[in-house]
Amino acid sequence: MASPQALQVNAHAPSRPALDTFPKLLLNHAAVRGNRPAMREKDLGIWQTWSWAEVAAEVRAIACGLAARGFARGDRLAIIGDNRPRLYWSMAAAQCLGGVPVPLYQDAVAEEMVFVLQDAGARFAVVEDQEQVDKLLEIRDRLPTLTHIIYDDPRGMRHYQHDGLHSFAEVLGDGRVHHDEHPHFFQSEVDGVGADDIAIMLYTSGTTGNPKGVAHTYHSMIVTARNSIEAEGLSDQEEVLAYLPMAWVGDNLFSYAQSMVAGFCVSCPESSETVMTDMREIGPTYYFAPPRVYENLLTQVTIRMEDASPLKRWMFNYFMEHARKTGTRIVDGQPVSMIDRLGYWLGNLLVYGPVKNVLGFSRIKLAFTAGEAIGPELFDFYRALNINIKQLYGSTEAYVMVCVQPNGQVKPDTVGTPAPGVEVKIADSGEVLFRGPGVFHSYWNRPDATAETKTDDGWVLTGDAGFFDDDGHLKIIDRAKDVGKFTQGGMFAPKYLENKLKFFPYIKEAVTFGDGRDHATAFINIDLSAVGNWAEKRNLPYTGYTDLAGQAPVYELIRECVEKINADLARDPRLGHSQIKRFLILHKELDADDGELTRTRKVRRKFISERYGVLVEALYSSQESCMIDAQVKFEDGRVGNIRATLKLCDVQTYPLATA
Amino acid sequence: MNPHRKIGDVILKAENISLSFGGVKALTNISLDVREHEICAIIGPNGAGKSSMLNVINGVYHPQEGRVSYKGHVRDSMHAHEAARHGIARTFQNIALFKGMSVLDNIMTGRNLKMHTNFLQQALYWGATQREEIRHRRKVEEIIDFLQIENIRKTPVGRLPYGLQKRVELGRALAAEPTLLLLDEPMAGMNVEEKQDMCRFILDVNDEFGTTIVLIEHDMGVVMDISDRVIVLDYGKKIGDGSPEEVRANPDVIAAYLGTSH
Repeated sequence: MASPQALQVNAHAPSRPALDTFPKLLLNHAAVRGNRPAMREKDLGIWQTWSWAEVAAEVRAIACGLAARGFARGDRLAIIGDNRPRLYWSMAAAQCLGGVPVPLYQDAVAEEMVFVLQDAGARFAVVEDQEQVDKLLEIRDRLPTLTHIIYDDPRGMRHYQHDGLHSFAEVLGDGRVHHDEHPHFFQSEVDGVGADDIAIMLYTSGTTGNPKGVAHTYHSMIVTARNSIEAEGLSDQEEVLAYLPMAWVGDNLFSYAQSMVAGFCVSCPESSETVMTDMREIGPTYYFAPPRVYENLLTQVTIRMEDASPLKRWMFNYFMEHARKTGTRIVDGQPVSMIDRLGYWLGNLLVYGPVKNVLGFSRIKLAFTAGEAIGPELFDFYRALNINIKQLYGSTEAYVMVCVQPNGQVKPDTVGTPAPGVEVKIADSGEVLFRGPGVFHSYWNRPDATAETKTDDGWVLTGDAGFFDDDGHLKIIDRAKDVGKFTQGGMFAPKYLENKLKFFPYIKEAVTFGDGRDHATAFINIDLSAVGNWAEKRNLPYTGYTDLAGQAPVYELIRECVEKINADLARDPRLGHSQIKRFLILHKELDADDGELTRTRKVRRKFISERYGVLVEALYSSQESCMIDAQVKFEDGRVGNIRATLKLCDVQTYPLATA
Repeated sequence: MNPHRKIGDVILKAENISLSFGGVKALTNISLDVREHEICAIIGPNGAGKSSMLNVINGVYHPQEGRVSYKGHVRDSMHAHEAARHGIARTFQNIALFKGMSVLDNIMTGRNLKMHTNFLQQALYWGATQREEIRHRRKVEEIIDFLQIENIRKTPVGRLPYGLQKRVELGRALAAEPTLLLLDEPMAGMNVEEKQDMCRFILDVNDEFGTTIVLIEHDMGVVMDISDRVIVLDYGKKIGDGSPEEVRANPDVIAAYLGTSH
């Protein structure tokens, strides 16, 4: 039976207290499936496993340890670090005490953390290691509320003697003592928290302005998690790898809420560099990744196949061709002839199986992607391998789920139909609105912003422009406010163009301009590994990104890509005006450290157009090259300058198709 | 520099060392001492005798004159394996790893002296051998964690970039749990970022394990930043010895490096 046991317990035992918060769910799992694995982490090369009963005991110790240090109902607990079991447990511990965990992006520099920590008014912070402690100490004088910092990894911390700095071991030890002295304290705290209390605050990445803390109640999170578990038929047998930032709503739903509701096991990778290996070893059954990750995996497979022996290459190409014809039909449950099935079986033995094993997809039942559009080629590749990859459309305000592609009705250019319990409508302006159980409670400290986004009758404005197609699938074009107009009329949807550009493996990032101009232009970031490999095959020497980006053959390569898009656009009467007339390849990769991308790696178009204003003007002039002097921030925080002369390249455009 | 670190007594003392190969005098009457927990750099132009000095300390070369005392044991000459048993480990100027073996196995070779079961037991891989291997593997994994090379644990060393190979070599030296670590140009041929990482690791080793470190390095910035003391050699003679500031101000050192006459 697909529906998880926890739900049955809930349904058939009305005398038990309602399982309406994560701590209550956790204690229930400890009682019902105490010996089943709840969490894994690779430590010193070996996977360590904690059962539900052990996790519950750890969480209790952390909660009591926090309480012993004065953490009380309503306090905010900042959580900063990579996906570590103890950080997830701290999240649960704060919730046990009626506190609100606030996960932060672990790769943000200290300066970027100031706002969130001040806004949330966090008194406690649980952090991963010395790196994060150093960041907090650096900005501590501006954080008057922050009194306690607790670190997980003691490495390098021996000589730190700051007030309010505690090791995890201390907190756990104090917590155990506290529990022995006050044996009823923990349970009464857990019982005192209810469905309508605030469970978490997730800060939006802040594409525009300061980040806002999105507060969710237990009710909205648990109902959303439960609906999606039922809709997708997930059980307590799933295996999930938690490798996306803890501050991101997706990780919170897939690695925390759904695991707590369904009772499946979550594994934490050894480090961010070992995710590929860890994927293979764990073999997740259920997987979520932004399109970028799927892109990188496909690029790696492609590059490695190009270096393979001719026989292997032939086998790969032959069977992938076969898979593209039949694999997608098999995933969707459509009829497939016996011969084709036999061919697919053979291909699975020789090619698909090994490829999936290398990617860690051997046991995958369901793979989600969201965040940005995904290229049709990419989509077909994974579906051809019999991986049920589906797009969903969501937002932090909806606790992810707004629309999901139903099984068997997956189209690359739409995001599917409304998720269970969610209503979606399109405003007259073209903006997408939704309403449902997962709608957020409020923005922290921002009643004005809450009122702007959430109407009195519960509709939330997404800020995205889109429409429903003939099958009732939602299609998102762009951010509503980003959609611009050309001077001679015609819609300019920058993200639509950028996504089209990024579907080429050679293009990693693109920024397009055109609002208030008479035609569109683009900045391009090449993909260093793909173009590098391409250059090596042609004996084209290069020293690094900047050098490669400036080479004439590379410009030629990108020009061909852009021309293909123009030819494609010319066929669509609504978008034919947005053909790209000129482009340039940037001399540096766009980077979140320089403020050019958000932490979730979305381009900040306005910031870029201001910073590289000279280049934008040059694109709309007749200049053939342009000088640019840009500041870059290195990983150690130092600041340096990169100066370069960039070439500008004209592209052929095509006459509009007449209908 | 870390203010919490305590520099102890002299643990290594070389007195009046002279070493020659036929007519070539590599070292002439050199005396130096190294204190416990300190980071001591040996610098000097090419051919000054820096590597020879390290080789004398860990018993690869046997000087014609002079003697070395380590932890109070005075000796005229010592064999390399004795030095290793006494807790002296080193890395090499040219990487000396097993290219075809994985990072893990390479570091495991550093545990060689700590393995006590015999050949027959190891061939059977049963009981004590198994327990011993698990213990050593744990230590090796701790080093892998310390040097942050989990992602290349199973990669053959020959496929790694140079900077990482250097890090693996440091790992192998650490596997012997040395009290004195000799590093021969640990940062040669590295880019700035790799150098910064390596500096961080050297300081961490010194801080976490209290290991005494003697290193040879050409990058003056690095030497002046991380060393407690700098010893300068030129044509096999010692021409300077003191804190980085003292050495920087020493006219003989300036002359040797800049070639001025006086």
